[in-house]
Amino acid sequence: MLDLDNIQHILLTRTPAMTGRYEFLSFDNPSAGRAWLSELVDKAQSAADVRRTMDSSDRWVTLAFTWNGLRALGVPDDSLATFPDEFREGMVARADILGDTGSNHPDNWVGGLADDDLHAIAILFARDDAEHRRCTAVHADLIARCPGVRTLSYLDLNATPPFNYAHDHFGFRDRLSQPVIEGSGEDPTPGSGGPLKAGEFILGYPDEEGSIANLPQPEELSRNGSYMAYRRLQEHVGLFRSYLAEHADTPEAQELLAAKFMGRWRSGAPLVLAPEHDDPELGADPMRNNDFNYKEMDPFGYAVPLGSHARRLNPRDTAVNMNRRRMIRRGATYGEALPEGADDDGVDRGIAAFIICASLVRQFEFAQNVWINDRNFHELGNERDPICGTQDGTLEYKIPKRPIRKVLKGLPAFTTLTGGAYFFLPGLNGLRYLARTP
Amino acid sequence: MSVSEYQWSKPAAMAIPAEGYIELQRGRYGPVFPRTPACYGFSIIAKVKPGREAAIREYGKVIEGAIAATPDLLAPLRLHYLRWVLFDVGGGLHFQYQGIFDTDFDKYTEDAIKLFTQSGVTTVFTNLEGFPEDWQTNPDAFIKFVREHQCPSFLEYGEYPYVTADEIKKALRLKAAFSDMLDQMQ
Repeated sequence: MLDLDNIQHILLTRTPAMTGRYEFLSFDNPSAGRAWLSELVDKAQSAADVRRTMDSSDRWVTLAFTWNGLRALGVPDDSLATFPDEFREGMVARADILGDTGSNHPDNWVGGLADDDLHAIAILFARDDAEHRRCTAVHADLIARCPGVRTLSYLDLNATPPFNYAHDHFGFRDRLSQPVIEGSGEDPTPGSGGPLKAGEFILGYPDEEGSIANLPQPEELSRNGSYMAYRRLQEHVGLFRSYLAEHADTPEAQELLAAKFMGRWRSGAPLVLAPEHDDPELGADPMRNNDFNYKEMDPFGYAVPLGSHARRLNPRDTAVNMNRRRMIRRGATYGEALPEGADDDGVDRGIAAFIICASLVRQFEFAQNVWINDRNFHELGNERDPICGTQDGTLEYKIPKRPIRKVLKGLPAFTTLTGGAYFFLPGLNGLRYLARTP
Repeated sequence: MSVSEYQWSKPAAMAIPAEGYIELQRGRYGPVFPRTPACYGFSIIAKVKPGREAAIREYGKVIEGAIAATPDLLAPLRLHYLRWVLFDVGGGLHFQYQGIFDTDFDKYTEDAIKLFTQSGVTTVFTNLEGFPEDWQTNPDAFIKFVREHQCPSFLEYGEYPYVTADEIKKALRLKAAFSDMLDQMQ
């Protein structure tokens, strides 16, 4: 049984937020941090709470901490030592493993996220702009009342138009392929596989191997918690559009090329099911838009190139052990949309996402190190993920096509990582423990 | 490009420093061992527990039967060859597990361990000294055992360097297809 009253809602629910802010915080001393946390413990909603109040709530709060943040809150050394190595080291120290090199390197990150004094994140999602302004003002008041708590930086989020479905700045529909947790009450959509054991995502529950693994001590702190990898990915929309225009003659051919990079049309329609023409109705239909495989339906990648983003991040039946590699994605877009047809305006825009899993090294780092950045994924030789892989202009992208495949040489980086961190997302029991740890 | 310009057409050797790599590249669980002219690979050498020789030899038949029943059982490991050797040069009986494959082991460690478990390879390790008793619930301890017992090569050679098993199979399939085509034209 999932302890829905103690699991932070972000793990299990999507809220109808259209706007929000991430506040990145630092604690100069443990008592300051605990004073801040004590006032917010009751504001961070559980999964059960959010489900009960979804229609009547206008704001949703999530709190999480880096390993340095747990230490800054006064968590004892013997407890800190029980957290897994990769979380203790932090995302910055793991940059070479993750492929965060070159312009993606932490030296170039913004907002102080690469600094050791990044301790916590407060995720403040709001239904509308008025509520956004109210929440951020209330939080600013709280910070002012807690000397020793500093805001390192913040990032304002906003949905991008058109607002009737979630998509990124490149225009690709988002939230299409999410794992479902057993016991959450949700049913997986066709093609999404069965529900997964809670321990793949939530600490203190049996995982797909049947064991309760990696439980840091004390259990009161770790149970119902999870880990979040934060990734702020700047999207170079102008560059992406001009690349498409330079490499495809007609608007239709440009849409197809964009789809070949992603593995789906911008509408969300999967190329496996709609290989030649977009099918927006299919893209919008959750009962059909994830119902396909690769091994039988597209083994050579004639529909979905072997190295495409969707195929790397979810190889489906062409990888083993998939149930141990799944992750929950949450987050939002930031920055103003670049109008269609407009020249690149230099504005910072992109996605700021959380990848949630019970084991950063087995799930997130595997996806990053192998699926996204392995140059030889599916024997491709010299490719990385065309959307979010580490690209330095020396790699290529192959699009299988009869009679002869198309090879795009010198692929540019369409995205740049400008921030990131590993957070521990405590259960409400963990938040209460942290608020009172002496 | 003429045939002589392809990398595979020119035999190559690589000397490897004692630490097992030329340039430190961190993987998720430790240094990445390099791809050499003889592909990726490992040589895991560990001492056999007293009286377990027959049990280990028996696994030869077990794995033979498993592959016969399910030929693609080990496909995810992207292997070229496996060689299992028992030897005693005076310090007691030792077991060597040597594999040559096309992917960095560290990248797919968890998948490999899961596969070892499914295919019964893991249980042969329980006859080795130092193998973690709790291997079924402690994959990290298994990974540690493998890394601690890996003896890196100091020289590797390839007559047709850097060619993957998939490429070899593709070439043989192509040859078979051509031969079939020629038959059809008679």
